[in-house]
Amino acid sequence: MNDYLLYPGCSMETSARAYYDSLKAISKPIGLNLNEIEDWNCCGATEYLGISLTPAYALIARNLALAANASNGKQDLVAPCSACYLNLAKADHYMREQPKLGKMVNEALAAGGLSYKPGSLEVRHLLDVIVYDIGLETIEKNVVRPLTGLRVAPYLGCMVPRPDYENRWSDHEYPIELDVLLKALGADVIDYPLKTECCGGHMTQIGPETAFELIRRLIATADEHEADTMVTVCPMCQLNLDAYQGETNHFFGTNYHMPILFFTQLMGLAFGIEPKDLGFGLELVSARNVLDSLGVKAPPETPPAPPKRPRKQEGLPRPKPLSKGPKVDELEKEVAQ
Amino acid sequence: MTDVSLRAVPLVPNPVQIEDLTLLEEVASRTAGVSRLEMCIQCGTCGGSCPSAAIMDHTPRMLFAMLRAGMREEALKSNTYWMCVSCYHCVVRCPQNVHIADVMYTLKSMAIQAKLYQDSTAPDFSKTFVEMVEEFGRSFEIGLASIHYLKHFPLRLANMTPMGMGMLSKKRMSLLPKRIKNMDQLNAILKRAKELEAVQ
Amino acid sequence: MTEKNDVNTTLTGGQEKIGVYICHCGTNIAGVVDVAQVAAWAADKLKHRGVVIARDYKFMCSSLGQELIEKDIKELGLNRVIVAACSPHLHEKTFRTACSNAGLNPYLCEMVSIREQVSWVHTDKVAATAKAKAMISGGVERVRHQVPLEAMTVPIHPDTMIVGGGIAGIQSALEIADAGHHVYMIEREPSIGGHMAQFDKTFPTLDCAACILTPKMVSVGTHPHITLLTFSEVEKVEGYVGSFTVTVRKKARKIKEDLCTGCGICQEKCPKKVIDDVYEAGLGYRKAVYTPFPQAVPNFPVMDVENCTYYEKGTCKACEKFCPTEAIDFNQQDEILTFQVGNIVLATGYDLFDARRVTNYGYARLPNVFTSLEIERLSNAAGPTNGEIVLRDGKTQPKAVGIIHCVGSRDRNFNNYCSVICCMQSLKFAHLMHERTGATVYNFYIDMRTPYKDYDEFYQRVLEEGTLFVRGKVAEVTDVPRIPAEKGKLIIQVEDTLIGKQRRIPVDMVILSSGLEPRKDSYETAKKFGISCSANGWFTEKHPKLDPVATMTEGIYIAGCAQGPKDIPTSVAQGAAAAARVLGKIEQKEVALEPVRASVIEERCSGCRICNGLCPFNAISFHEDRMVTEINPALCQGCGTCVAACPAGAITGTGFTNDQIMAQIEGLLLLNIGQEPVAA
Repeated sequence: MNDYLLYPGCSMETSARAYYDSLKAISKPIGLNLNEIEDWNCCGATEYLGISLTPAYALIARNLALAANASNGKQDLVAPCSACYLNLAKADHYMREQPKLGKMVNEALAAGGLSYKPGSLEVRHLLDVIVYDIGLETIEKNVVRPLTGLRVAPYLGCMVPRPDYENRWSDHEYPIELDVLLKALGADVIDYPLKTECCGGHMTQIGPETAFELIRRLIATADEHEADTMVTVCPMCQLNLDAYQGETNHFFGTNYHMPILFFTQLMGLAFGIEPKDLGFGLELVSARNVLDSLGVKAPPETPPAPPKRPRKQEGLPRPKPLSKGPKVDELEKEVAQ
Repeated sequence: MTDVSLRAVPLVPNPVQIEDLTLLEEVASRTAGVSRLEMCIQCGTCGGSCPSAAIMDHTPRMLFAMLRAGMREEALKSNTYWMCVSCYHCVVRCPQNVHIADVMYTLKSMAIQAKLYQDSTAPDFSKTFVEMVEEFGRSFEIGLASIHYLKHFPLRLANMTPMGMGMLSKKRMSLLPKRIKNMDQLNAILKRAKELEAVQ
Repeated sequence: MTEKNDVNTTLTGGQEKIGVYICHCGTNIAGVVDVAQVAAWAADKLKHRGVVIARDYKFMCSSLGQELIEKDIKELGLNRVIVAACSPHLHEKTFRTACSNAGLNPYLCEMVSIREQVSWVHTDKVAATAKAKAMISGGVERVRHQVPLEAMTVPIHPDTMIVGGGIAGIQSALEIADAGHHVYMIEREPSIGGHMAQFDKTFPTLDCAACILTPKMVSVGTHPHITLLTFSEVEKVEGYVGSFTVTVRKKARKIKEDLCTGCGICQEKCPKKVIDDVYEAGLGYRKAVYTPFPQAVPNFPVMDVENCTYYEKGTCKACEKFCPTEAIDFNQQDEILTFQVGNIVLATGYDLFDARRVTNYGYARLPNVFTSLEIERLSNAAGPTNGEIVLRDGKTQPKAVGIIHCVGSRDRNFNNYCSVICCMQSLKFAHLMHERTGATVYNFYIDMRTPYKDYDEFYQRVLEEGTLFVRGKVAEVTDVPRIPAEKGKLIIQVEDTLIGKQRRIPVDMVILSSGLEPRKDSYETAKKFGISCSANGWFTEKHPKLDPVATMTEGIYIAGCAQGPKDIPTSVAQGAAAAARVLGKIEQKEVALEPVRASVIEERCSGCRICNGLCPFNAISFHEDRMVTEINPALCQGCGTCVAACPAGAITGTGFTNDQIMAQIEGLLLLNIGQEPVAA
C-alpha cells in the first residue's frame, strides 16, 4: 500500500471533476492510498504571486504546514494539478534557498499557529508517483482492456516538467513519463512534438487571441498526427483545450473535434472501469468516439502482430538517442518488451 | 536688431529620463530565491522561447536591459510581465540560470503598487482572484468570471454562453462559493504576511 | 663565523642566528598585514629564540631584496633564514638561491606564506596581523630544527614519450626527434592525426586540413627517431622525472605489421559494414576490418573485434583468404611493452560536446540537424558523400542553412566556459555553405569572438559574402509549422536582440557548433600520470599565465586542447613549447631533486606494513628477513603519506621531522614566547 497526502486543488471539485472521479476510481486497483489534507486552501495559482511575495508564499505554505503535520515525515505530498504542484514545490524550494523568505513565511504562519520547516516534505506530481512509485508493472497487471489502436497524443503542459527543481523528470522539453504510461496501457502513442508547449494558461482571461492561437496550435498538431484524443495531466490545460475549443474554432473558422481527457480516465478505461465512474460525459468536446473505438477493438486473445523488419535506412545514418540516466532507461526498457 | 525671441529660446537637449540605478538590485531583492538577475548576458534565449513574445511591448531580455539601465517608469509601464504565462521555458533554457519567471511576478507586484500599468485587464484579474481567495480561502470561478468579463470583455459574454451553460449543466462550475473551515487562521496568516511585506 | 662552513651545521642550543624577512609584496601583504609591526614584534619577542634581525621590505623577491638577505648572512653570520612572503611554490627557489649565493645551505632557508594564507584570505586586519605573527613564530621554531641538505641529482633519460597523436603531439614529436633524440608516440586510435584529420578546411586561411597535416604525419611515420605505437594505450607510469618506467598496451590489430603492405584488399572484401562513429562522426560506414582514412599513418588496417563476423559466429574470414601476404592473424594478442623515458608530454586532445543533451535543438530527433564534426565530414572530399553537402536523405541540397554558435558552451546548464573556436568555425561553415551550395546562410550568435591574427578579417570576408547574422541565442529548433510557408522546414525560433523581436526562420539544415569538452577519461588519465585536472577535466598547468605547458609534476608536460580549448596555431605553439622544455631537460643531462625524503627509523619499525601499500611512487619495500620496511631514497618524492600513516611514528621525513612539526605547532600557538632564552 502506498500512502500519500493529497492536495486536490480548487479545480478538482469543479472544472476538473473528471480528474477527481477517475483518480478515485483507479486508486484502489493500483494500491494508491490518498489521504486528503484537512481544510486545505487555494494555492493562489499564478495570480497571488503577482500581488505580493510574502503573502503569496504564506498562502501556499499554510498547506505545506498542514501537510507536514499530517505526514510526520512518513508520507509524500501529491498534487494532481500542475499549477498547485509547481506552487507547492516552488515554495518549499525557495524557502530553503533563501532563508530570509523562509523566516518571514514562518513568522506569518506563526500568526495562525502553524509552522513549516522547508525540506520536510517531498512534493510530487501525481504522474510522477504513478510512474515511478507505483510502477509500470503494477499498471500493466491491472490492464484488462488494452487501448489497442487508440491513437493518443500525450500532452504534459509546461508546469510539470519545468522548472523541476528536484530533477524528477527525464527531460525539460521532451519527457517520456506520460508516453511510457500510455504505452503500458496498450495505446498507440504519438510522438507529439508540442508535448510541453504552453496551453495559454490564464491568457484566456487576459489576452484571448494569444490563448486561442496557442490552443489552436496544440490541437492542430495533434490532429495532423491523426490523434484520436489528447491526454493531459493538468486541469487548466484540459479546461483550455476542451472548454475553449469551441471559441477557438469560432475564432479561426476551424472545425476541430479533439476530445481532451485526463490520463487517469484512460487508465480507468484500460482497467475495465465503467466510463460513467471515470467522469466521461463531463467534457465539453465529446469523447464518445474514444469509447466507441475501444468498444470494437480486437479481443485480447488475438496474437500480437509480428515485429516489422527494420526498413533499410535511406540516406545518411542518424545519431542514436541519448540515454537520460538509469532511472529513465529502466522505464523505457519496462515498456519495450 | 537681433531677434531676442530666438536667443531667448533655451537649447533643450533631448529630455533625459532620470535613471534609477538601484532598480536592478531592488527587483532582485524582492524576488523569491536567488534571482541572479545581474548575471544576464543579454543572449535573447528568453525572448526566443516566450510563447507570448509577439504581444509583449518588450521582450523579456529587453525588459532586463531596461531594468539594468534603471528605466523604472518605462519598465513598469511595459506590458511584458503581464503577458507572461509562467511556462518556464525561459528559466530552464537561460544559460545564466536567471529566475526569469519569478522576476516577472516581482514586476507585477511592483507595478500594482506603483499603479503604473497601462492595461488593467491582467492586474484586475489577479486582484479579483485574490479577493475571492481572501474571502473564501478557495477560488470561486463563476464569481471571478462574471466580475472580470463584465468589466473587461462584455462582448465576449455572448460567445461564451454555450461554454458557460455547458460548464454549469455538467456541474463543472458551482454557483455557490466553497469556504474553508479555518478562515480565521488563514486571515491571521495573511494579515501578518502583509505586515511583514510592508516593512521590506 | 668567518668560516662559511660553520653555519651549515645542525644547531638548536644557542648558536642560532635567525634572520626574519617580511615582504610587503607591494600592497598584497602590506595592505592587510601591518608588516612593520610584525617585523618589530619578531625582533623583540622572538629574540630569545634566536632571531637576531627582522626586516620588512617592499619586494623581497627583487634583486635588492635578495641582496638584503645575502648581506646579512655575510655580515651578521646568519645561519638560518625565514622569509615571510608569498607561497613557496612561487619563490622558494629564489630565496634559497640567494642564501646559496651567500654561502648558506639553501635548505636552511624556510618560507612562511603570509600572502596566500593570510593577506589574500582575510579581511580583518587586526586578526591577519596576529595570524602573520603566529605563523612567523612557527616558522622560526621549525627552522631551528632544520639541517643542511644536499640536493640529489638524477640523470635524465634522453628518450621522451608523447601521449596523443594529434597536431600538438605531432609537432612536439617532430621537434624532439629532429633534434636527434628518440621519441615514443602513443596513440589510442589506429592512426595518428587526431581531430584535425577529420576537418575539411581550417580557418582563417581555408587550408585543406589534410594537406597541411599529412606531410607532418608522414614525417612522424617515417622518422628514424620516432617509435610510433598506434592502437595502444598507456597502462601504468612509474618513477619520476628523468626516469619514468612506462607500461604500454599495444592492442592487437589482428594484423601482422611486418607482413602487411597496406594494399587494402581485406577492407574491400570484408562483408560486414558498420557505422563509423569515430572518424566519420557517425555519418558514414566502414568495414569490420578497416583503416580509418586513406592517409592513415601507419597504413595498417585494424580489426574491429566486436563487429567482426568471425568473432561472433566463427565464419567468414574473407580477409584472411584474400590477403596476398598472409598478414591476418586472428589469434594475435595484445602486447605489453615496457620502456624508460625521461620526460612525458600529454597531448590527448578533446571530445566534442554531445549535442543530444540540448533537447530543444532537436539533434538526433530531427534528421536535418547536424553537428560541426558531421559537417566537416560532409564537406570533406574524402567523406561519406564525397564532399557533397546534402541533407540526411543523402541527396537533397539545402537552400537555407542556419548555423548556431555556442551549443553547450557559455551555458550553466552544460559547460560554463567559452570553447574558443566555435565562432571562427561557424564563420568557416558560413563561407563553405555559400561556396558549395549557394544557400542562404544565417549565423546565430551571442557575441562574435574572432581574436587572433586574420580572424576578424575573415569575419569581414564572410560579411561581404552576404551571410545573414542574427544576434540571439537560438531558443529552439522545431519542425512544427505554424503557417504553410513553414511546412517541411526546420524552424529556428530566436529573438533577434538587435531588433528586439522574436523571429521564426525556416531553414533546411541546421548546423550546431558544439563546444569542446575534455576527454571523458581525463580524470583517470590525470591520476595515471600523477597530474591534476580542473573540475571541468582540463589538465592543470603549472601557472595559467606564465607556464602553460608544464604541470606541477616535474617531467610531465601538457600541450594542445588537453590543457583547454584552443585553435590549431596555439596547439602547435604549445606542442613546440613542450618540446623545447623537454629538450632543455635532456640537454642538462641531470636534474636536481628536492632532498625532502622519508626514511624509516628501523628500531621503531614493527613490520606492520601499513605504509607499504600507500606509496604512490612505489618507493617502499619490505625486508622479510628483518621484518622492517625500507624506503628507497631515489624513488621517494617526500609526499609524507607514509610518515603520517605510520602508527609507531617510525618514519620521519627530512625537512619534515616530527621534532620540526611539533616545534612549528608550538610556535604557532605562541608557546615559545615567555620561555627561557635560548642562550648557550
